[in-house]
Amino acid sequence: MAQAAHAAEAPHSSTGIDSRKVLMWIFLASECLFFGSLIATYLVFKGDIPLPAPGFIEAHMHDGVVTGWFPTDRVVDGVEYAGVLNIPVTSASTFVLLMSSVAMVLAVYGAQNGRLKMMKIWLLATLLLGIIFLGFQVFEFHEFGAEGLNLATNQFGASFFVLTGFHGAHVTVGVLMLGSMLLASMRRTGLGPEAGFHVETIGLYWHFVDIVWIVIFTVVYLVPA
Amino acid sequence: MATAAGTLAAPAVQAPSGIWAWLTTVDHKRIGTLYGVSGMVFFVVAGIEALLIRSQLAVPNGEVVDADLFNALFSMHALTMIFLGVMPLGAAFFNWLVPLMIGARDVAFPRLNALSYWIFLSGALMLNASWLLGGAPDTGWFAYAPLTENTYSTGRSMDFYTVSLIILGTSSLIASLNFIVTIINLRAPGMTMFRLPVFVWMTMIVAWLLVLSLPVLTVGLIQLYFDRNFTTNFFIPDGGGDPVLWQHIFWIFGHPEVYVLILPAMGIVSEVLPTFSRKPLFGYGAVVFAGISIAILGFAVWSHHMFTTGLGPVPRVVFSATTMTIAVPTGVKIFNWLGTLYGGSIRFTTAMYFAVGFIATFTVGGISGVMHASPPIDTQQQDTYFIVAHLHYVLFGGAIMGIFAGVYYWFPKFTGRFLSEGMGKLHFWLFFIGLNVTFFPMHFLGVSGMPRRIYTYDAGLGWETWNFVATLGAFTIAAGMAVFLWNFFRSMREEPSAPDNPWDAPTLEWATSSPPPEHDFDVVPVVRARDPVWYDRDHGIAPPEPDPHEHIHLPPPSYYPLLIGVGFTLIGIGALSHLALVALGAVVVIYGIWGWTLEPTGAEPAAGGH
Repeated sequence: MAQAAHAAEAPHSSTGIDSRKVLMWIFLASECLFFGSLIATYLVFKGDIPLPAPGFIEAHMHDGVVTGWFPTDRVVDGVEYAGVLNIPVTSASTFVLLMSSVAMVLAVYGAQNGRLKMMKIWLLATLLLGIIFLGFQVFEFHEFGAEGLNLATNQFGASFFVLTGFHGAHVTVGVLMLGSMLLASMRRTGLGPEAGFHVETIGLYWHFVDIVWIVIFTVVYLVPA
Repeated sequence: MATAAGTLAAPAVQAPSGIWAWLTTVDHKRIGTLYGVSGMVFFVVAGIEALLIRSQLAVPNGEVVDADLFNALFSMHALTMIFLGVMPLGAAFFNWLVPLMIGARDVAFPRLNALSYWIFLSGALMLNASWLLGGAPDTGWFAYAPLTENTYSTGRSMDFYTVSLIILGTSSLIASLNFIVTIINLRAPGMTMFRLPVFVWMTMIVAWLLVLSLPVLTVGLIQLYFDRNFTTNFFIPDGGGDPVLWQHIFWIFGHPEVYVLILPAMGIVSEVLPTFSRKPLFGYGAVVFAGISIAILGFAVWSHHMFTTGLGPVPRVVFSATTMTIAVPTGVKIFNWLGTLYGGSIRFTTAMYFAVGFIATFTVGGISGVMHASPPIDTQQQDTYFIVAHLHYVLFGGAIMGIFAGVYYWFPKFTGRFLSEGMGKLHFWLFFIGLNVTFFPMHFLGVSGMPRRIYTYDAGLGWETWNFVATLGAFTIAAGMAVFLWNFFRSMREEPSAPDNPWDAPTLEWATSSPPPEHDFDVVPVVRARDPVWYDRDHGIAPPEPDPHEHIHLPPPSYYPLLIGVGFTLIGIGALSHLALVALGAVVVIYGIWGWTLEPTGAEPAAGGH
């Protein structure tokens, strides 16, 4: 095509990196500030959770233990509180998300090396692991709600649900992108000659969302108040 | 040229007029025009709001508007000027000039570029729709909690505020990503980073500021929306929340935003001064690095807006020091502009009047800024008219004067026509005198204790004279704007007569026709020096001949950006009414993205992302 004559004059990219990939990297820089602000809000309120009003204690007392107020177990003024955070369960969901990143790497490998069946299998695996992670999150939110923690309960509830909720929304967007990619790869033309590039760029997003979860898991679940 | 026309003969690409062509355009020049016209319309709207404010304050116990309307007027004046006036006017210049200045045929993502405009328009209309649907936001553009919470703001006005600003932020984020990638990746051969025109550097710095500060505001707006609609207590003290957290979040965005408003004007002035001094910009490297320093420091000064919230001595000292430090790179720029003028062969065109006026009035605002970088002085000046004087010297005397310098300078390039120099100079003097008469007395009012945001005042407080003078100044500015609009419409009726490079300017946009063809350049230029047009002129290098075999591929028009914009609008309306509409909007957005992805662009890979 005559395009080649043009290409000789104007390079596709001054840096040699595809513009779409540069866009994704800069977008992720912006996302760092987004999650940074949500995490900062969580940290501002983390050490400063007041005791519940007596009405709450009566309403949420089960077998002498109050639920749905503090993130972790503690005893204050002789009242025993059970922490809502279930570290073993969330460790499992974290493991699932980490494994989805492994699957994503394998999908990228398959796409870049023309092994389309491998790419599709691992795209599907990434997608399913992402959905399982979201399932864990739905379960967790439901459990916390049942114990009495909601957006209005206290600052822990508000900042926890908004932070992890927006992370879950990002995972959902990732799942939609993976699903779209998988559907597109099943067309007669597949993902076309740029399959490796497309899968890799979505992979950047997926790994980023995974890394954010590792930070959230550390800050919210592992670091004591 | 003939060859280019041959390729452009595809009917879909050529459709030059008609509403559908504008709705589906992905041409950076047309999108720039859309931004420019929208920005001017909202600039006038915000100006009318300002005139109402000044009319109310002209005499003691004024009765032009009541207290509630006054609150809405000053809030909407700020929001409209900042988000719907100055920012889109800056975006108009980014869109028009960045591809031309770096020797590209469009931005990296033409359809994303269209999308950012449609989302902008959606947010702008939504914010102003609040006037008709239960009241405009009336808590100031900074919207301090807990005044913005349900207890004190009972209507929907603050929901309009949060939703519109999230939508406008989305638009700015998309546009900023696009411009950073364009500047990094679409430079013509030989256009190294340190040959980029200073305006392009300032565009990239602005885009980085927005990319890194908008998400912080978005989080604050989401939290405020949740407080008002989903029972959280982020900023409500009674529920354990922290109103000062809102102030931190807002100003971590809000201070970089100040540089988002002023840096485009600094970039424009850095192009206008060398052309009309007939010598290269003095200290190019220093000007660029000063811009970068301002951007970095801009993220480290936000708490100077909060000296009176009781931060304690250490933060006050630190933020005072960082704030004063910003005066250094700003001063570097001012000295470099003066150095550019020094010894130059100066032509005093209207653009040059505005650029030199910019230096003078912006410096006044900069100096008063250093004054309240000092916490004890700030404690005196906080919430007085002294601050109003300062910020208007920086934003009107700075940003607006710079933008009009750009309007007069690039008008021949944008339209092929000249604005009348005589009327232009009348416009300049009305603006320059008007702004000083309006805003300088506010220093005196502030020092004598007149608070900001009061809707009226009693006689006998010593504020009558200067308030009346300020109001006279405001109407002088309005007269200047009327002269400009008359000048604009008069010029647009004339036949295009502008040559390619009427000012003998050094940058690449002047190397193509006025107005440029749809594909910008018949031949992608090769850049050999920092001021490429002057270099080629001085070294007798003739413009390259078009290659008769070259086919220029332009991205075809697309209605998907508009469709996705409609989806965003539905999400916004849903967030203000019924959540089912949010779901519908999300479906439209997802459908739009699918269609977008699968749409054949016919573009060369150089256009990059789609």
